[in-house]
Amino acid sequence: MTDTPTIRHHGGDMFEGYPVDTANTAGDQAVTNYTINFGPQHPAAHGVLRLVLELDGEIIERVDPHVGLLHRGTEKLIEYKTYLQALPYFDRLDYCSPLGMEHSYVLAIEKLLDLEVPARAQYLRTMFAELTRICNHMLNIGSHVMDVGAMTPNLWVFELREDCLNFFERASGARMHSAYFRPGGVHQDVPEKLLVDIGEWVETRLPKLFGDAMSLVIDNRIFKQRNVDIATVSKEDALAWGFSGPMIRGSGIAWDLRKSQPYDAYAKMEFDIPVGTRGDCYDRFMVRVEEVYQSAKIIKQCLRDMPTGPIASLDRKVVPPKRGEMKQSMESLIHHFKLYTEGFHVPAGEVYVATESPKGEFGVYLVSDGTNKPYRCKIRPTAFSHLQAMDMMSKGHMLADTTAIIGAIDVVFGECDR
Amino acid sequence: MAHAAPLIAPRATLAAELKQLLGTDLLAHDFAADEDSITVDRTAIAGVMIALRDNLEYQQLMEIAGVDYPDRAERFEVVYHLLSVTRNHRLRVRVSTDESTPVPSIVPVWPVAGWLEREVFDMYGVLFAGNPDLRRILTDYGFQGHPQRKDFPLTGYIELRYSEEDKRVVYEPVKLAQDFRNFDFLSPWEGADYVLPGDEKAGGTGEAPGKGAPTPMTAKEVKASDDKPKKASPPPTPKTTDSPAQTGAGAKVNKAASKTSRDGAKSKVATKEAKTPATSKAEKAPAKPRAPRKPKTGGDA
Repeated sequence: MTDTPTIRHHGGDMFEGYPVDTANTAGDQAVTNYTINFGPQHPAAHGVLRLVLELDGEIIERVDPHVGLLHRGTEKLIEYKTYLQALPYFDRLDYCSPLGMEHSYVLAIEKLLDLEVPARAQYLRTMFAELTRICNHMLNIGSHVMDVGAMTPNLWVFELREDCLNFFERASGARMHSAYFRPGGVHQDVPEKLLVDIGEWVETRLPKLFGDAMSLVIDNRIFKQRNVDIATVSKEDALAWGFSGPMIRGSGIAWDLRKSQPYDAYAKMEFDIPVGTRGDCYDRFMVRVEEVYQSAKIIKQCLRDMPTGPIASLDRKVVPPKRGEMKQSMESLIHHFKLYTEGFHVPAGEVYVATESPKGEFGVYLVSDGTNKPYRCKIRPTAFSHLQAMDMMSKGHMLADTTAIIGAIDVVFGECDR
Repeated sequence: MAHAAPLIAPRATLAAELKQLLGTDLLAHDFAADEDSITVDRTAIAGVMIALRDNLEYQQLMEIAGVDYPDRAERFEVVYHLLSVTRNHRLRVRVSTDESTPVPSIVPVWPVAGWLEREVFDMYGVLFAGNPDLRRILTDYGFQGHPQRKDFPLTGYIELRYSEEDKRVVYEPVKLAQDFRNFDFLSPWEGADYVLPGDEKAGGTGEAPGKGAPTPMTAKEVKASDDKPKKASPPPTPKTTDSPAQTGAGAKVNKAASKTSRDGAKSKVATKEAKTPATSKAEKAPAKPRAPRKPKTGGDA
């Protein structure tokens, strides 16, 4: 274009001079892409996810997820709290699997302190981490199934989730935000009856109810049509996009931090890692289903092997004494007072501790400057990386498939947005 | 190995491999708390990441964290956490930068870096050259500032609420009913260095609060200030209040206050008085005449 085009306002073509192809192809209507907004208040968005979808008819061309609508500044708040005061923030990250979040944090502190944890505490933490996994998967499996159209299984698996929450309540006093794992062990010992009940539940009710619910779904024709070959992710893509947990296992990589980098009592546990073969939504779903059975297996081993003994480290410079001790000993009273006001000091240094949370690798990068408050606590959420791959996964799929894809990611915004 | 945290077998040959692979781009390598971390040259980060991925089998980028050290010349540290699923090892890679110097983006190496870099940009204001989509990610639409910086206050600057009159969400400056209570438990015997509220007045150096304790004067300075002819500052007189007319705010206000009035005439007098220069030397007026208090319109006289 040599001369500058002038815009005329006398009813002629505004863009005279530009070559514009206005001719329709034979028999077709020219349709331009249009953009729709999915969420942030959408029942299938699993929270406050806002997706800006660019559609060509019903085919997704581009996805731009907007996150951060639940950003509460957890990392900033933690910098102003002592190590113990910061612990309950972790329950509120992924509120579907609170103990899994606490786990990474207490292990990070223990690693910086190089603190030994008694065997019973390790077994208790392992057992409750696995109960949390079951609890989390019940929610995810149920809502995934409901997102693609089935109602009944969700109601059944929520019964099981309710059982798990009752167990948490009996151990810690709180159904969801337990704050049960503490640096050095767990907060208090569990009653004997609770262990008996968990053992019975894992043996009878869980396999029965869960098996029934899954028998409605896993071979269901409609469920397969909605999930098989949807959002296929290759092994290379799964690595490049930072996948972890059931997402990377669904793509066929047998990677599980409980096996490869064992923590607490996982080194002594026997369990299998389920992997997918095609890397689609159905595989991710089935990986979670199988993980529930494997978690049950781990819980049984924990109950069988759990030793007696202290439930937290006896290092009184980190773990506060029990109340009974306080009534007798002046030293205990001082320790109790100091630990609940000033807190303990953590030696300067930095660690990155990641555990296999139900949703994937949940990491805590803890930088200490030697005071009683973390200098920096970076939380590595699982959903952040997975959600970023949303664009890659949904390209070329139908609009209705987004719900299946989001369901199979297992995203919770408390954790994604922090 | 006492703690119960995830066990990672150390790679004995890693130090030599890194040195050979990265050469002069490797600035430091340390092994602490069973974790390997390296510091590399900021400008070479993209090449370093490709080398680590392709030659040392770190296939996954798990996390990019920003850390703020305001005391350093290059105040920000960008920390990359790599994971090798084949060799089962983690590596931490650090670069440092400041507010204006961009870090080369590693989105071409790992697509997952896109959002992770956006987050560091949002929280710290670190720029990433080459990131195709460097928008804010976690904070609100139209947010200003970088909240994770150490000099950003915990409470932030603006708050929002739903206004019933306007029928929409309105943004306002933060108003707190109570300040955030930040207790300092550092032992003063272990080198804690802080200013108590009011310290800035005691020194008389006129330093702004929060600047640290004032530097003690040297003997010479003390002598010089002693020798200097002192400006006659009025000796402190005890304030007495015998009648309501004595407001304690100085002669002019007393005069204004002693007048009785039923309507708003009082305020007129007060403002007129303020404009006239202080002339009465006999009165023990304070060195700096205080602005007259705005009289209440209620019947308090």
